[in-house]
Amino acid sequence: MTENGGLQAWATSRIAAWSDLGSILDALERKRDHTVAETLRAIELYRALGRDLSFVRRTLPASRMTRALAHSYARLHAVIYRKPHNLRQGLRSLFRDEIPQVVRELRGHIQFVALVFALSAAAGWWLINTYPELIGLVASEQMINGVESGKLWTEDILNIVPSSVLSVSILANNIAVSIFAFVVGVFFGLGTFYIIAMNGFMLGAIFAFTHQHGMAGELMKFVVAHGMVELSVICVAGAAGMMLGESLIRPTHATRRESFRHAANKTSKVLLLCALLLVVCGFIEGYISPDPDFPMVNRLIVGFGWWIVMVGALSGRLFGREA
Amino acid sequence: MSSPQITLQTVTGVDVELTIAGPGSRSYAFIIDWHIRLLLALQWMLVGHLIYFGGLKMTPDPRSGYFLWVWLPTLLIYFFYHPILEIAMRGRTPGKRLAGVRVVTREGDIPGAGALLLRNVFRLLDSLPLCYLVGLITVVLTEHHVRIGDMAAGTLLVMDHDSSASSFASTAAAKSGLTPQAADLIQELLDRWPALDEQNRATIARTLLARVEPQISAEELARLKTSELRDRLIAKLGQP
Repeated sequence: MTENGGLQAWATSRIAAWSDLGSILDALERKRDHTVAETLRAIELYRALGRDLSFVRRTLPASRMTRALAHSYARLHAVIYRKPHNLRQGLRSLFRDEIPQVVRELRGHIQFVALVFALSAAAGWWLINTYPELIGLVASEQMINGVESGKLWTEDILNIVPSSVLSVSILANNIAVSIFAFVVGVFFGLGTFYIIAMNGFMLGAIFAFTHQHGMAGELMKFVVAHGMVELSVICVAGAAGMMLGESLIRPTHATRRESFRHAANKTSKVLLLCALLLVVCGFIEGYISPDPDFPMVNRLIVGFGWWIVMVGALSGRLFGREA
Repeated sequence: MSSPQITLQTVTGVDVELTIAGPGSRSYAFIIDWHIRLLLALQWMLVGHLIYFGGLKMTPDPRSGYFLWVWLPTLLIYFFYHPILEIAMRGRTPGKRLAGVRVVTREGDIPGAGALLLRNVFRLLDSLPLCYLVGLITVVLTEHHVRIGDMAAGTLLVMDHDSSASSFASTAAAKSGLTPQAADLIQELLDRWPALDEQNRATIARTLLARVEPQISAEELARLKTSELRDRLIAKLGQP
C-alpha cells in the first residue's frame, strides 16, 4: 500500500469518530454536571483525538484536517480541565472563607487608606475654614448659593427626583467610584491614593463650608444613615487598589505580571461584597437619608446597624465563620 | 508576520497549540459587539418609550417608571452585555464568534465567572481616555496581545475558527479515492471561491481537476465553464 493509500485508509477509518465531533463538544461545553459515563467518554475521546492529532501533525502538517483536529482537541482540553462547578458551595466558600481571608490580609492597607482619607478630610476642612473663598474648587455654584441662602442641596431632593431613581443612580455611582478606586491601583497605587485623597478632601471641605453657615448638623443628619458604610466600603475598595499597586512595586511572584494577576484575582473578591453593601447604601440614601421626618436616632440605628452588618460580612461571621 | 502561539503541554503528550488573537481580530470582535449592544440598547429604549408613552411623544417631566423601565434596562443592556454574554457563552460573545475568537485562561481552559467579571471590571481602565486607547496600547505592546483586564484575570483571546465540519467532510472524500491532501486543497479552494476572481478560480480548479481526474483530457477541461468546474469539484468531495 502506498503512503497516500495508507493515509486514505486511516482517514476513512476515523470518519465515523469525527463525524459528530462538533455536536459532542458543544454538548460537553454546555453542560456542567456530567455523569461518570459522559466523563469517561470525554476522556476516551480526548485520548483518541490526541492520537489522531499526533498522527496528522506528522503526516499532514499545516493541513485543514490538522487545524480542525487541533481546534477540537483544544476545545476538549478546555472542557476536561475546567474547574469543578458548584455555585452554592462556591458562594458559601467565597463569603465565609475567601473574602474574610483577603480582608485580613488587607488590614494594613485599610488602615493606611482610612488614614489618608481622614488626613485629606482634615486638610479640606482646614483649607476651607481658613480660605472660605476656595469652596468653588469643590462645590458647584448652585450648591454654594443654596447653602449661603440657608438651604442644603439635599432638602427637597425628593421633590425633584423620586426615591427609586435616586437610589439606583446613587448606588450605580458609588459602585462605579469603588471599582474605579480599585482599578486605578494599577498605577502603582497612586491612582487609588488620588481618588481616596480627593474624596476625603471634598468631604472635609463641604463639611467646613456647611459648618460656616451653621448647617453641618443638617448635613450630618443626611449622611449618617448611609455614610458610615459607604465611606468604609470606598476605603476597603481603595485598600484593594493599594494592594494591586503594591503587587507591582514589590512583586510577590517571579514576574510583576504574575504578581499583579495574583493580587487582582485575590482582591477582586472583596469588590463583589463591596458592591452588594453599596446597593443597600444606595437604597438607604434614596429612601431614608432625604426624608426630613426620619428622626436622627433612627438614622443612627440604621447607620450603625448596617455598619455592624458590614463588619460581620467582611469578617465572615455573618456567613458562619468561626472567630 | 505570523500570530503568536502558546503551547500547552498535556498529560497525553500531545501539545495543545493556541493561536493568540492580534489587535485586528480583537478590534473587529469589539466593533461588532459594540454595534450589537448599542442596537439592542436603542431598540429597548425605543420599544420601552413607545409602550410607556403610547407613541413618540414625551412629557416634559416623566415619572420614575420611565427611568426604571426604559432608561435603566437600556443602560444595563449596554454596560452588562459583555460580562453576561461572556459568562453565558463560555468566553464568547456574538462579536467574538463572528470574528472567530474566544476568551480562555492561560491554561487554555474555559474561564470561570470570576475571571470573566474581573476582565470586564478593568474595562473601566482599558477604555480610558477614550476609544479604548489604554487597552489598545497594551494589546499592541504586550507579547500575547492582552489588555490590562486580561492581565488581571489571567485570560487570553485566542483564535477559534471552527472549520471542523467542512474539514472532516472533506476527509470523507477519502472514500471516493481522493488523497487527504487533494481533498484538503479542493475544500480550501471551495471555501475561497467567492473571494477569487473568475480567471484565477478557473485556472486553479482546472489544475486541481487535472490532478485528481487524470482521465479528463486537457481540451475537455478547457471547455468546462467555471460553474461546471465548481460542480465537479463538489461532486469529487462527495458533498451534497
